[in-house]
Amino acid sequence: MRRVYMDHAAGMPIDPRVFEVMKLYSLKSYGNPSSSHSFGVSAKSVLSESRERVASLIGAEKPTEVIFTSGGTESNNLAIKGVAYRNKDKGNHIITTAIEHISIINICKHLQKQGFQVSRIPVDNQGLVDPKKLKDEITDKTILISVMYANGEIGTTQPIREIGKIAHESQINFHVDAVAAAGKVPINAEEENIDLLSISSNDMYGPKGMGALYIKKGTRVQPVVQGGGQERGLRSGTENIPGIVGMGKAAEIAQEEMEAEGKHLTKLRDTLIQGVLDTIGSSHLNGHPTNRLPNNANLRFSYIEGESLILGLDMVGVQVSSGSACTSKTLEPSHVLLAMGLAHEEAHGSLVFTMGKQNSEEDVEYVLEVLPGVVKRLREISPLTPKEMLR
Amino acid sequence: MYTERVMDHFMNPRNMGEIPDADGVGTVGNPVCGDLMTVYIKVKDNRLKDVKFKTFGCGAAIATSSMITELAKGKTLEEGLKITRVDVADNLGGLPPVKMHCSNLAADALHSAIEDFKKKELKK
Repeated sequence: MRRVYMDHAAGMPIDPRVFEVMKLYSLKSYGNPSSSHSFGVSAKSVLSESRERVASLIGAEKPTEVIFTSGGTESNNLAIKGVAYRNKDKGNHIITTAIEHISIINICKHLQKQGFQVSRIPVDNQGLVDPKKLKDEITDKTILISVMYANGEIGTTQPIREIGKIAHESQINFHVDAVAAAGKVPINAEEENIDLLSISSNDMYGPKGMGALYIKKGTRVQPVVQGGGQERGLRSGTENIPGIVGMGKAAEIAQEEMEAEGKHLTKLRDTLIQGVLDTIGSSHLNGHPTNRLPNNANLRFSYIEGESLILGLDMVGVQVSSGSACTSKTLEPSHVLLAMGLAHEEAHGSLVFTMGKQNSEEDVEYVLEVLPGVVKRLREISPLTPKEMLR
Repeated sequence: MYTERVMDHFMNPRNMGEIPDADGVGTVGNPVCGDLMTVYIKVKDNRLKDVKFKTFGCGAAIATSSMITELAKGKTLEEGLKITRVDVADNLGGLPPVKMHCSNLAADALHSAIEDFKKKELKK
């Protein structure tokens, strides 16, 4: 049976070229960058090379603006808590959106318990944030605006540059969660008016458990992790050199191959979306048709439920995700789909296809071959399916 | 996550479909929550002569619906009413804990269909 993995937002393979450099720095060059001997010097030098590679990928002016962390969630914690705690003499108001990653949501809830005020900007039915609505929420107490670059579930990308401009006009720190976007679409933190930017390594074929936070020079941030003062005191703890080298290599590859990769994925994405909409009745695209990640297709099928779709597809070798309640820890359907105005029963029937560089046109053809049958079978079982659809 | 028995009933559901002239119909759940099932019964001489189902929901919802039809077929109405959610789960080799509450509604749907039949009988 053919195997088609299209759940890259959940987990990605590591690029073999990344794995090779990680092997070297795990087995042979295992020094600590804080040591004064040659092993330490070698580690220190590769640490700074890796920092340069990540800085280059996201358009940071100086490599020192990049702080390595354990992943997107930690980067988001350092960005939001770090700015909130450090700037609480200035104000206690944070503006974010209704479709942020669960880490941003829960960090903000945590801060609310400590007296911070949080405004959550709604999105339209394609998942777009309206910069004007965001601007209206700004008060003289606003110290931080946090908006994701792209949503990993619905794929919609946001008008970041415009929102950044609004933030800077009011001298407010602007944080962007770019975990889903980095390595897939060009990002330039400097030009896009971004002060803090979270990225994750595994989302660009680097090792899991690695991430980074860009902190623009002059941005006031308080560390969340105290210790030996590594990473300019902003993230203590002995550097994970194999992970950092891997992330650096992944960033370098992503930058070199982004354009070709983007074209390849966009073609696959659009073939999949069009193919599904053409061949399966009562199917719909979730998210924005063009302002979307090149590898994301979020589709919704009326009258059936997402987890049973996942299982049905898995039985024919296709791995995907869903925004259905049955696939979430909270037993609530995706907050992103609900924020876009979908009814609960609509959100339950959504499937998320996130493609990767090893996916081919044949993979998309295979999905288009098996998906109609899986949908049809479940619709035959469902009491909600209109009778005329089954004839 | 699911046992082989669950996957078997999910992929090859038994007694799926409607009974147009059913003697009793029971519907439980709600599409808003992600699970909705309808059980149809035919009754003859106080026995469940035929049991069928239609379900909107996750893998567990479909598998439990299929299982209830197997457990109930041929039983008396009293025996049918005694089939519990735990019986359904046990016969499937167990369900993930989180599914015991949200998707294990098939026994309730059967009970509701039997009650519906009894109500109709009283009116006759």
